[in-house]
Amino acid sequence: MKSDKFWAWLVFILGSAYFVVPLAATFEFSLRMRRGEYSFDAYASVFSDPYFASSFTYSVVVGLFTIIVGIFVVVPAVYFVRLRMPWLKPIMEFITLLPLVIPALVLVYGYIRLYGSSSFIPFTGSVLGTDILLTCAYVTLALPYMYRAVDNGMRTIDIGTLTEAAQIAGANQLQIIAQIILPNILVAILSGAFLTFAIVIGEFTIASLLNRPAFGPYLVGIGTNRAYEPAALAIISFIITWGAMGMINVLGRFAPRTSARTD
Amino acid sequence: MAAFLEVQNLVKSFGTNTVVKGVNFAFDKGEFISLLGPSGCGKTTILRMIAGFERPTSGAIRIDGEDLTHLKPNQRKLGMVFQAYALFPNLTVGDNIAFGLKIAGMPADQRRARVEEMLRLIGLPGFEKRYPYEMSGGQQQRVALARAIAPKPRLLLLDEPLSALDAKIRVSLREEIRAIQRDLGITTVFVTHDQEEAMSISDRIVVMNAGNIDQMGSPHEIYNRPATRFVAGFVGQLNTLPEATFGPNRAIRPELISLAPRPDTDTTLTGTISDVGFLGSVVRLRVDVAGTPINIDTFNSHSTTPPQRGDTITLHLATKDVLTLGA
Ligand SMILES: Nc1ncnc2c1ncn2[C@@H]1O[C@H](COP(=O)(O)OP(=O)(O)O)[C@@H](O)[C@H]1O
Ligand SMILES: [Mg+2]
Repeated sequence: MKSDKFWAWLVFILGSAYFVVPLAATFEFSLRMRRGEYSFDAYASVFSDPYFASSFTYSVVVGLFTIIVGIFVVVPAVYFVRLRMPWLKPIMEFITLLPLVIPALVLVYGYIRLYGSSSFIPFTGSVLGTDILLTCAYVTLALPYMYRAVDNGMRTIDIGTLTEAAQIAGANQLQIIAQIILPNILVAILSGAFLTFAIVIGEFTIASLLNRPAFGPYLVGIGTNRAYEPAALAIISFIITWGAMGMINVLGRFAPRTSARTD
Repeated sequence: MAAFLEVQNLVKSFGTNTVVKGVNFAFDKGEFISLLGPSGCGKTTILRMIAGFERPTSGAIRIDGEDLTHLKPNQRKLGMVFQAYALFPNLTVGDNIAFGLKIAGMPADQRRARVEEMLRLIGLPGFEKRYPYEMSGGQQQRVALARAIAPKPRLLLLDEPLSALDAKIRVSLREEIRAIQRDLGITTVFVTHDQEEAMSISDRIVVMNAGNIDQMGSPHEIYNRPATRFVAGFVGQLNTLPEATFGPNRAIRPELISLAPRPDTDTTLTGTISDVGFLGSVVRLRVDVAGTPINIDTFNSHSTTPPQRGDTITLHLATKDVLTLGA
């Protein structure tokens, strides 16, 4: 019993060290910009860089659009597949896994071939078109996470019976999705949204190849040109990502509760 | 007068599996009808076709002469209560009850009044701000009932609404449902596999067997004059009598056999008690009559102890009580 605990703790500590040591080292390094003493100079330098603010804002806006488009695509799709076409579910699962298998590089080269300025649908011919294309690419990248979050949300409520209960009360399909389904999976949707956000904020390949001023390319650019700022930026983006993850946990407590009580 | 709810030659197949095989019935306004039968006999499927969730393979369903077959569920103006309550978890009790009213465009103040009226009717006044998960199963199902009847539906459909509840609440809630139904005079179709439940609350019972109707009638008719062997066996207890004495396919209810002669009894059987079951107000004896097991229900009495296992006893019965079982 005692030794069981010992080994469990040892594994836990080794595992934690694997994550914590590089993080702590990075943090320590980010504080050493001023010679001979610890300071937050590197952070001050990052925050005073106008490109930091503009690229971060750009990525936040693209992230928000990605989330909205993602919800509009995923929620009705998951709802109707679960309700009307359950036989499509394995195909859905497969398709939503593709973005994890196909490298972003392949995706973006495909985009450039398909939507390049000399093609029939030249999305990349204008700034707005490229932004739309980037958003669509991010929706695709986030699909595995958004799909699973929404699917989990719908698993916890009996969407079939709730839909029928609303239908017999006179509600149409749109009213059912807006007033019954969406509010009941809101927490799941938000957790998908935070994951999406975390992905978009750090994404480099697509934004860079489409030549958009996003946060990911900015991070990489700083990384190749400066010494201490990249460490500070790494810590900052780490905090943003973990903030988003933490929100998922907090939100979980507000999930709608159902109870199959027999009394 | 034409019937209020009319079902004609209703057939439903899932692929090659025909689960409802040409069902006909017609009922008057205000009746409480039960669809009774073992699990899998097609009761829910019939109810779901009335609600519009399943499309009949053939046949017609009419309410007040209007053919429902091509109306969507949300156009039928019906109310339905589900086995698993199916309250909307994100809405309060008040908003659950008001859901159909809001969809129908009733103004907020009228909605509030109607919700209050419904909560009083189901005995839960002041519960409008609660959420479903804060309530017991029985309370949730009463709210589901209120939600179903608040928009004054033409027909109330109940699919095993008591099956998820504990035995005690099951009995009290079924009485409450019946009282509310009588009060409002709302035509009701109640699906159950529990014959006691169907007997105790229905005006009329439709006994179903593998997609067909075996018998339709009042609880009294169905119990006392079962039309088929299936109905006789499914509704209440039944003893098959020894073929040597009575001939083939003859049976009798346990409570019609007594241990002492009655003015109307004309036949006796002798047997050995093989089991004694004390059920409270009733004592059930299992008697072995020359190899045929026969159950007898007698009332418990304070003064006399019930017979013991192994005792030899004489059973008295009246030939007029003996049922002849057909197909
Ligand atoms: N959607 C469906 N697809 C295929 N078979 C079904 C479907 N719904 C019901 N059935 C079948 O129809 C038969 C009757 O079901 P049901 O009406 O639910 O019975 P009951 O309510 O009397 O228990 C069952 O054998 C069931 O498996
Ligand atoms: Mg059923």
